[in-house]
Amino acid sequence: MSVLVFAENSDGIFKKSTLEAISYAKEVAKITGGNCTAISIGNVNQEQLSLLAKNGAEKIISFNHDSVNNFNAEVFSKIISETAKSENSKTIVFSNTYSGKSVAPRTAASLKAAIVSGVISYPDLSNGFTVKRTVFSGKAFANVNMSSEIKVISITPNSFVINETNDALNIIPASNQVDANDFKTKSIEVSKASGKIALTEAELVISGGRGLKGPENWHLVEDLANALGAATACSKPVSDMHWRPHSEHVGQTGITIKPNLYIAIGISGAIQHLAGVSSSKVIVAINKDPEAPFFKAADYGIVGDAFDVLPAIINAAKNRA
Amino acid sequence: MKILVCISNVPDTTTKVSFTENNSKFNTQGVQFIINPYDELALTKALEITEKVGGTVTAINVGLAETEPSIRKALAIGANDAVRINAEPADAYFVAEQIANYAGSLGFDLILTGRESIDYNGGMVSGILASLLNLPSVNVITSIEVDGNTAIMERDIDGGKEKLSCNFPFVASAQKELTEPRIPNMRGIMAARTKPLQVIEAQSSAIGSSTQSFELPAPKGACKMIDASNAGDLIRILNEEAKVI
Ligand SMILES: Cc1cc2nc3c(=O)[nH]c(=O)nc-3n(C[C@H](O)[C@H](O)[C@H](O)COP(=O)(O)OP(=O)(O)OC[C@H]3O[C@@H](n4cnc5c(N)ncnc54)[C@H](O)[C@@H]3O)c2cc1C
Ligand SMILES: Cc1cc2nc3c(=O)[nH]c(=O)nc-3n(C[C@H](O)[C@H](O)[C@H](O)COP(=O)(O)OP(=O)(O)OC[C@H]3O[C@@H](n4cnc5c(N)ncnc54)[C@H](O)[C@@H]3O)c2cc1C
Repeated sequence: MSVLVFAENSDGIFKKSTLEAISYAKEVAKITGGNCTAISIGNVNQEQLSLLAKNGAEKIISFNHDSVNNFNAEVFSKIISETAKSENSKTIVFSNTYSGKSVAPRTAASLKAAIVSGVISYPDLSNGFTVKRTVFSGKAFANVNMSSEIKVISITPNSFVINETNDALNIIPASNQVDANDFKTKSIEVSKASGKIALTEAELVISGGRGLKGPENWHLVEDLANALGAATACSKPVSDMHWRPHSEHVGQTGITIKPNLYIAIGISGAIQHLAGVSSSKVIVAINKDPEAPFFKAADYGIVGDAFDVLPAIINAAKNRA
Repeated sequence: MKILVCISNVPDTTTKVSFTENNSKFNTQGVQFIINPYDELALTKALEITEKVGGTVTAINVGLAETEPSIRKALAIGANDAVRINAEPADAYFVAEQIANYAGSLGFDLILTGRESIDYNGGMVSGILASLLNLPSVNVITSIEVDGNTAIMERDIDGGKEKLSCNFPFVASAQKELTEPRIPNMRGIMAARTKPLQVIEAQSSAIGSSTQSFELPAPKGACKMIDASNAGDLIRILNEEAKVI
């Protein structure tokens, strides 16, 4: 019996969210019994694979092939579900990234497994098999019981610690057969913003709202983000007016994030905005209106004009680094 | 082009979430229900496609009779007909299975869902549905162009965007940029009253997950104010006190 975890790579590199999933799977293996097996798909070198062992993978199955360097939901779920069968896996763990969200449900359907996504707890076996997940875009949590024999769990990034276990490196080449007919969707072009920190995985996020008046003022947000090594985000109207790209829009109808630090500048704190950010560990609100609702949801607040207070904050951040 | 659009009936985004029956049920008292915002985008895109290349748009919901106002709204926006599968949607797998049972033999060229339902935020229905129907799935599309038997799409991926193609039939989920939602006009609202809404009984299905209880986040303590004239001190506090940088 095993706990299988999808070790997603980004251009051959395992991101933090992947290592969190590995450590999570290791913990699940301790709770449910069995070993922690990772499946890696695409060209990944041994040095990277050894990171998986370092963080809990007792066995690494590697499908090291050029044909699968680009993510493909059908092919990836085929490889993962075949591996789950041959490894007799009862729990399969994913990280709730865009790729994870595409491949986890297909894997669940081919294994006839129950699936819960957005999971933020280890399974509790005291009464069946229960996990906690976020619902209503962070406005609440649900304790969900999973009753099928095989279970698929997709965890929220930045919710679990990475534990170094230093397991021995045990790499096994995958034996799956994949041919051209399996690729129903065909990639034409991939464009990645280089050097930018992905918002869903960022530990620190600096976000701007309509209070910043216009895109020409965003250098303030970016300067602070650069000084702290943070990602940038924005409120819905800001992306609707094309001041910032849609990919930065957080909230109930945008991205839900869970960073360690969220600094909201010139954002009023509407319920739909708070829904997407309220799980952040520490929230700072900067707003010139002392009555702004954001102060009720924040840990720290500064009542002031963003254009006056930001230069001092940026300076302090730069001097610290 | 025959398109099926999956519609989830969700609480309005301004809803203050609370629970009843010992925190085991979502409190629907006074809650306004709407079409899931992403599903509105999917529906509008489906109409834009059929207006260009011809075809029909069917809206489908898995829900009890109380979801009919949302289904009628989908008809008013422009869907040709609608189907309601009469069951409480227990979880994403159940919903996907019911829709797969319905769509299985009907030869839809394209099935559209939203990126996620804003109530349970699973984001799982489209992938399960596609897999059950043995179809490809393309998540979070931000554009789609029909070129004969092929669709050219863009979608969000981790850290960027991807342009890709897929032959019909397939399942795709709508992401925000896909289009602007259409608002029903008077003629649409009148026409919706007489458009066909078929009610089908659900088929039995093994439900793999069930919500035992809900919790609300712990209330935040009081917000600590930092004087604007000493704003730079924020960095020291975040470092020494909050320990997040
Ligand atoms: C169905 C639906 C879904 C929605 N989903 C989302 C969502 O996902 N995400 C989202 O963000 N919103 C969402 N909204 C919109 C939401 O209701 C708010 O309208 C929006 O969040 C407001 O954005 P804002 O705070 O940037 O702008 P405003 O509400 O205009 O607030 C600007 C703030 O900046 C302050 N300010 C002005 N000048 C300065 C200055 N010089 N220095 C400092 N502060 C200043 C003001 O005091 C004010 O508090 C949704 C709305 C609906 C109806
Ligand atoms: C009273 C009530 C109680 C509920 N309790 C629960 C619960 O405890 N746990 C739970 O997981 N769900 C519950 N639901 C169902 C929930 O509304 C969703 O339909 C279902 O959970 C799928 O949600 P998801 O977040 O996984 O969907 P996602 O996978 O996020 O949805 C993606 C897309 O799938 C389609 N879709 C989703 N739901 C439906 C639907 N019902 N009909 C047609 N298309 C749909 C839409 O296109 C949507 O954009 C309940 C619903 C009601 C009315």
